[in-house]
Amino acid sequence: MSDKKQNAIPQTVPVQSSTFSKTVNAEIRRAAATGIYDIRGGGAKRKVPHFDDLLFLGASISRYPLEGYREKCETKVTLGTRFAKNPIEIDIPITIAGMSFGSLSGGAKEALGRGASMAGTSTTTGDGGMTVEERGHSSKLVYQYLPSRYGMNPDDLRKADAIEVVVGQGAKPGGGGMLLGQKISDRVAQMRNLPKGIDQRSACRHPDWTGPDDLEIKILELREITGWRVPIYVKVGGARPYFDTTLAVKAGADVVVLDGMQGGTAATQDVFIEHVGQPILACIREAVRALQDLDMHREVQLIVSGGVRNGADVAKCMALGADAVSIGTAALIALGDNDPRWEAEYQKLGTTAGAYDDWHEGKDPAGITTQDPELMKRFDPIEGGRRLNNYLKVMTLEAQTIARACGKSHVHNLEPEDLCALTLEAAAMAKVPLAGTDWWPGKPGTSY
Amino acid sequence: MEKLDLQALGLRALNEKLQNQTDETNQKDWEIINPRGSHAIAVGVDAPINVTVRGSTGYYCGGMNKQAHIHVDGSAGPGVAENMMSGTVTIDGDASQYAGATGHGGTLVIKGNAASRCGISMKGIDIVVHGNIGHMSAFMAQSGNLVVCGDAGDALGDSIYEARLFVRGSVKSLGADCIEKEMRPEHLDILRELLEKSGCDAKPEEFKRYGSARQLYNFKIDNAY
Repeated sequence: MSDKKQNAIPQTVPVQSSTFSKTVNAEIRRAAATGIYDIRGGGAKRKVPHFDDLLFLGASISRYPLEGYREKCETKVTLGTRFAKNPIEIDIPITIAGMSFGSLSGGAKEALGRGASMAGTSTTTGDGGMTVEERGHSSKLVYQYLPSRYGMNPDDLRKADAIEVVVGQGAKPGGGGMLLGQKISDRVAQMRNLPKGIDQRSACRHPDWTGPDDLEIKILELREITGWRVPIYVKVGGARPYFDTTLAVKAGADVVVLDGMQGGTAATQDVFIEHVGQPILACIREAVRALQDLDMHREVQLIVSGGVRNGADVAKCMALGADAVSIGTAALIALGDNDPRWEAEYQKLGTTAGAYDDWHEGKDPAGITTQDPELMKRFDPIEGGRRLNNYLKVMTLEAQTIARACGKSHVHNLEPEDLCALTLEAAAMAKVPLAGTDWWPGKPGTSY
Repeated sequence: MEKLDLQALGLRALNEKLQNQTDETNQKDWEIINPRGSHAIAVGVDAPINVTVRGSTGYYCGGMNKQAHIHVDGSAGPGVAENMMSGTVTIDGDASQYAGATGHGGTLVIKGNAASRCGISMKGIDIVVHGNIGHMSAFMAQSGNLVVCGDAGDALGDSIYEARLFVRGSVKSLGADCIEKEMRPEHLDILRELLEKSGCDAKPEEFKRYGSARQLYNFKIDNAY
C-alpha cells in the first residue's frame, strides 16, 4: 500500500438530505421548469396509519369461532332504511365508488357495472352524468349529485337506485374536480355542455345551497322529485368526520359516505392529495361516535372508503362500525390499471407499473383512464367485469373468514373489541387497545 | 283550473298530482294557494301544464322543471327553477340567490330583482331579469343567455365559459376572464326575442354584451424547455 493512501484523510460520506430528498428536489426542478403545480390521479401515496396497523384477536377460550366453511356468516347489507321507500339491498358489504365517465372510458364504466352486478352490489356514477352503458350494466346504480351538475337531469335522477349528494371526497376535501383537455372528447364535451379540449375545473361547492340547513332543503327537493323512493346518501371527505356526519344526519341523509385521504381522484393537485384531509383510519370511529350520539348507528348506514384493498380491510371497517365499504382504486387495479404487462409503455411515459398516476393525460396504456379510441380498444369490458367480480368475491370470502374466526355470524357483528393496534397512532385513531395492553391514547378514564 | 291548497294537501300530495300529469293531460291549468313560503313547490314537473302559485315560495320552486309553465304571483326563495330543463318559470316579484342555477334549458323571467349568484353555472337556460342582479352572477356560466335590464353587482361572469350576458345598466365589476364583447346583429336578434318573450319593453340597443375572454380555458404552462 502506498504511503499516500495510508495517510489519506478520511472523507465524509455524501449525505442526502431527508428534508430535501431526491423526490422533493425533483419536484422543485419540475415546478421551476413549468410554472404549474403537479396534477395527478389517485390518492395519498405517503405512508399514513392504516388498516395494516390493526390486527384481529381471533377466538380463544373466552370466544369461540364459527366453522370456517360451513357455518353461516352473512354479508348482506341494506342501505337507506331511514326514509327511502326502496332501500338498496346488496349481497356484499363492498360497493363501487363514484368514478366519472370522462375520467374513465365507457368500457371501464361498463366493466364496473358488469362486475358489481355479478357480485350483487352497486356502482356509482361520477362527475359527468349517467351513461347508457353504465345504467344498462349496473343492476344497482347510485347517481352522484355533484357541485358541477354536469349532465344532471330529472330523468336520470329517477332512473337511479340511490342519489349521492357529494359534498367532498377524501383526496381533496374542499376541492373541486379536474378533467384536463386531453380527455374532453366530443362525447364528454357534449355531456358536460363544455367546449371540447378545455381544462375543465369543477366547482368545489354546490351552486344552490350552502350549509347544513340548506342541505336539508336540497335533500327535500331531491326526495320530492324522486317521490321519496330512493335513498339519499351524503358523501364527505375525511375532514371533520364527527361534525360532518352529525350534520349530514340532521340534514336528512339515509346513508353517510365517508372517504379518507387515501381515496383516489381522477385528477387534482398533488399538494392537495398529500396534505389535506385525514386517513380513513382516523375518521371511522369519529363518524360512528356521531351516529351513536344521535342514536342513529345502523339506522343511518355508514359507508367508508379510502385505501380498502382486501377482505381484512373490509372486516376491520366493519369492526370499527361501518356498514359497508366502497372501493375505487382497488377496483381499477382489478380491471387492469397499472398492470405490469404494460411496463414497456409505462416506461415510455416516464413511469412504471404501480406508480402510473397521470390519469388526467388520457394516455393510459391499459385503456381504462382514457378517452383515446385506440387505447380503449385494449380494454375488454366483459373480461374486466369478470375480474372485478372475482376480486369482490375474494374480498368477501376473506372478510367472512375473519368474521368466522372471531365467532361472528354476520360481518356486522364484528366489533372494536375484536381488534388491537400495532402502533400508538393506530390505537389512538381506531380507539382500540395497543397490542398487549388494555389501553389506547385518549381512552376514557385514563391519563396520557 | 284545478285549485290545490298546499296547506290542506301537503307538499308530497301536491307535487305528486303535478308530477303525475302527462303530455296528454286535459287538466292544463293548476292554481296553488297558500304556498306560505314553502320549499320545493312544483318540482320535477314534466308536462305541458300551466301552474300558478298564488303567493311567495321558499327554496327551489320549479326545480328541474320540464315543459311546464310555472308562474309565481309573488316572490321566490333561493334556487328558483334550479336545473330547469325546459318550459318557463315566471316570478312576478323578486328572486333570492341562485335563481336559475345550473339550468339546462327553458326560460326564467324575474320581473323584480334577483339576488346574488343568479344564473350560476347555467347550462343553456335563458334568464331575463327586469330589475337588478346581485354579485357573483353567472359564475362559471356554461351556456345560455342572461339578460339584465337593470344593474349587475360585483364579479359578473366570473370564470365564465360560453354563456352570453346582456346588461342594460351598470356592472359593478367583472369577474375573472369576463370581458365586454362586441354586440353583433345576431346578438341583438337573440336579445330582442328574449325581451319580447319576457314582456320587457327595453330596447336591445341599450344593452352591452359580456362573455368569456377564454383565457382560463387551459392551464398556463411554461413550455420553454
